[in-house]
Amino acid sequence: MVIYMTDTTTKTFTCIVCPRGCEVTATMNSAGDIEKIEGNFCPRGAEYVKNELTHPLRQLTSTVIIHGGIYNRLPVILSSEIPKDKMMDVMKALNGVEVTAPVSRGDIIINNVCGLGVDVIASRSM
Amino acid sequence: MTVEKHDIVIIGGGSAGIAAAISAYNNGCKDILLLEKDAELGGILLQCIHNGFGLHRFGEELAGPAYAEKWTNMLKDTSVKVKLNTTVIHLHKDKTLTYVNPVEGYVTISAKAIVLALGCRERSRGAIATPGYRPSGVWTAGTAQKYLNMQGYMVGRRIFILGSGDIGLIMARRMVLEGAEVLGVAEIMPYSNGLPRNIKQCLDDFDIPLYLSHTVTDIRGKDRLNGITVSRVDDDLNPISGTEMDFDVDTLLMSVGLIPDTALLTEAGISLHPKTKGAVVDEHMMTDVPGIFSCGNGLHVHDLVDFVSMEGEEAGLAAAKYAAGNLSGSRGVKVSAGEGISYVLPSYISPQDMEETLEIKLRVKKNARDVKLALRQGDKLIKELKKLRVAPSEMEKLKVTKAELKDVTGELSISLEN
Repeated sequence: MVIYMTDTTTKTFTCIVCPRGCEVTATMNSAGDIEKIEGNFCPRGAEYVKNELTHPLRQLTSTVIIHGGIYNRLPVILSSEIPKDKMMDVMKALNGVEVTAPVSRGDIIINNVCGLGVDVIASRSM
Repeated sequence: MTVEKHDIVIIGGGSAGIAAAISAYNNGCKDILLLEKDAELGGILLQCIHNGFGLHRFGEELAGPAYAEKWTNMLKDTSVKVKLNTTVIHLHKDKTLTYVNPVEGYVTISAKAIVLALGCRERSRGAIATPGYRPSGVWTAGTAQKYLNMQGYMVGRRIFILGSGDIGLIMARRMVLEGAEVLGVAEIMPYSNGLPRNIKQCLDDFDIPLYLSHTVTDIRGKDRLNGITVSRVDDDLNPISGTEMDFDVDTLLMSVGLIPDTALLTEAGISLHPKTKGAVVDEHMMTDVPGIFSCGNGLHVHDLVDFVSMEGEEAGLAAAKYAAGNLSGSRGVKVSAGEGISYVLPSYISPQDMEETLEIKLRVKKNARDVKLALRQGDKLIKELKKLRVAPSEMEKLKVTKAELKDVTGELSISLEN
């Protein structure tokens, strides 16, 4: 059997999935296909690197105006991650949103924000 | 005058205090009073709207307020009595304390056991003696965070951040998302003090430069900040002349470290640890005043809230045992920080009194790879833990069992070995 040397490139990522922050290295062949992923402590690290190489995803948290609450801002979070390059679009969509207390944790504040198939939900009750 | 007496009084209703209250309750104590100075429970979590809390505890990444709400709801299932808007102003060795609130005024009570869950404070500009003028526009990162996330006020538009602690990194991203420009983060040390994930997702994602081995050497502006100078520092952390960079900014956020809030401890005569700046404690989180326990960021500053809650639970269990007369409070053997370790906690372990397992918490002095954390009595190795990498910004834990420590008779030490 003949083993041919192939050109590979490696790229190292700091995994952001959990506070552990593993340094995960992906090895790609000349066609750009991932051949090897190493350094990740859990399977989610491999998943993260695959996404990072093709379509990076991020969670986004912010606030909206609330009336009648203990504070004047209600913290919000997304029901799941969105493409990294859509973060600013979602921030714009949150501008000018106003809600009135009471709100329960998990309540949908914006349904299907920016058509991303993701909801903006209340992080807390107020 | 008769003084109201409780089995356990817990001071501070943040993550450590709530966990301590629930744990004490679940371990048999039914007369617990929790005092919180703010208008609701939750502590600093209420302003930490980013996600990442609760991975260890709940197996999901919650926003800070959600993590607080889950715990607060668990507390509602207990008979723990909570007083809000209540600030403790005196604490004494005999376990009496005085609090004030708008309803009762000035009240002195006493307890069989007291748990201090006081949280920490941000080091300020004064604490690190940054030179220059004193205009408006210089804030601690946490203050800016509270204004933005709870009140909706932006503290500035063109921002520089001094210190790479997690709050500073989180605020860098937050300010950019809200439309501000963050020109950079300067860190005096050659490494960041924040979590690697926050360097990635808060700075790299937004192309914010991190200047390691740099510090702010001038602050300009008469009324409002209008510029700062940042310089490189040498190995002794002294600014190198000729390396100055000017930044045209209206705001400087400082994220230069957290220190346990210990104002009450001094009055009670509780000994403080020179490194953690919190109380000296034994394996049950008990201070050198028997019956007074300490936990959470008020004891030593943690990286993760999950571990703060866990430590609160340990202190709550210990307080419940003490209040029931089931904890002797003997000091045990000293545990010290050896080569390469900046501190270990607890400072004392009693192999007889300890629970079946104990997690010794520690921080290393420097980044290192392929090392071992070794627990020794003299030269005798008791336990070692291999680590692929260690960093000062990440608290390490070394788990020991009662069986492993049963023959220990003298001082223990933990060191970083190759």
